[in-house]
Amino acid sequence: MATSSIAVNETPHTLYVLRRADDALVLGHRLSEWVGHAPTLEEEMALANLGLDLIGQARALYAHAAALEGAGHDEDDLAYLRDAPQYRNLLLVELPNGDFAQTIIRQFLYASFAEPYWRAMRTSTDATLAAIAAKAEKEHRYHLRHATDWMIRLGDGTEESHARSQAALDRLWPYGGEMFECDAGERGLVDAGVAVDPAPLRAEWETRVTAALAEATLARPSGSWMQSGGRSGRHTEHLGRLLAELQHLQRTYPGAQW
Amino acid sequence: MDEPKTAPVPLWEVFIRSRNGLAHKHVGSLHAADAALAMQAARDLYTRRGEGLSIWIVPSSAIIASDPADRDMLFEPALTKAYRHPTFYDVPDDVGHM
Repeated sequence: MATSSIAVNETPHTLYVLRRADDALVLGHRLSEWVGHAPTLEEEMALANLGLDLIGQARALYAHAAALEGAGHDEDDLAYLRDAPQYRNLLLVELPNGDFAQTIIRQFLYASFAEPYWRAMRTSTDATLAAIAAKAEKEHRYHLRHATDWMIRLGDGTEESHARSQAALDRLWPYGGEMFECDAGERGLVDAGVAVDPAPLRAEWETRVTAALAEATLARPSGSWMQSGGRSGRHTEHLGRLLAELQHLQRTYPGAQW
Repeated sequence: MDEPKTAPVPLWEVFIRSRNGLAHKHVGSLHAADAALAMQAARDLYTRRGEGLSIWIVPSSAIIASDPADRDMLFEPALTKAYRHPTFYDVPDDVGHM
């Protein structure tokens, strides 16, 4: 017997937290898909560790979103009982893993943004967000180092690893712009000191990405058109399949416990 | 990395210091292409449960190991020299715990 979806009352504050929670859960789930398939045992553990960091962040953020909403939902309801159009994550994080290069490039693009973003979140006037940020910032710092080191080695590696990395970068690049979006609701939260303003982070992101791509001998894509939609629930076809797997158990056996 | 992709990935030995004041202890080995990736792999493989405050990594090729065939020659002579243990001396009470 399938269980029905919940509707979330999305005030700007709840929505802000939910968007970050969805980013963390979806990317964490994607990384977990490497378990059993990673190129080496060492890297399999590394990718699983990154995924667990993100799923841990997602749990804390969902619990906070549920408390802000105050409708009796809990973290599991928010993760398992919303359909794809209710998910608010970046399109970048829901894209399939592709090959190892694509997973690394995606992680690099996201972590280059997430590390300064969560560092800035430590001074949020929302004490719970600030506390989550204190932990998340260290995790993203490691994710960035790991992804950067791999990207440099793949890009500046063999002919094949270079070609795969460049292809991954070209494919993922148009999904980078969405990270810097800030709608009217979030703008109000920025003014209240709750949310991080992504605009001032852009220069640091550009500098960091440009330097790492140069070291990796990868050409920065020239296109400026950016894909968008995840923040308002307009997703790629890939998210539905991801959620089908992620939610299958709770949808089939509602309330099932370990 | 200039090696052909068929080159074997080097083996590294990992040592972890779990607390201040303790020595680094060998915990295992791993494969990694270079020192930086070996450090990250060591962190991800061997410190997931809060085991470490410090990591040392050594290329396995840098370890000089005794030959198992020399075991008798190297170690057996010591087995008959029990007087080398400090148990033959009376420790004066004033010394307390040594």
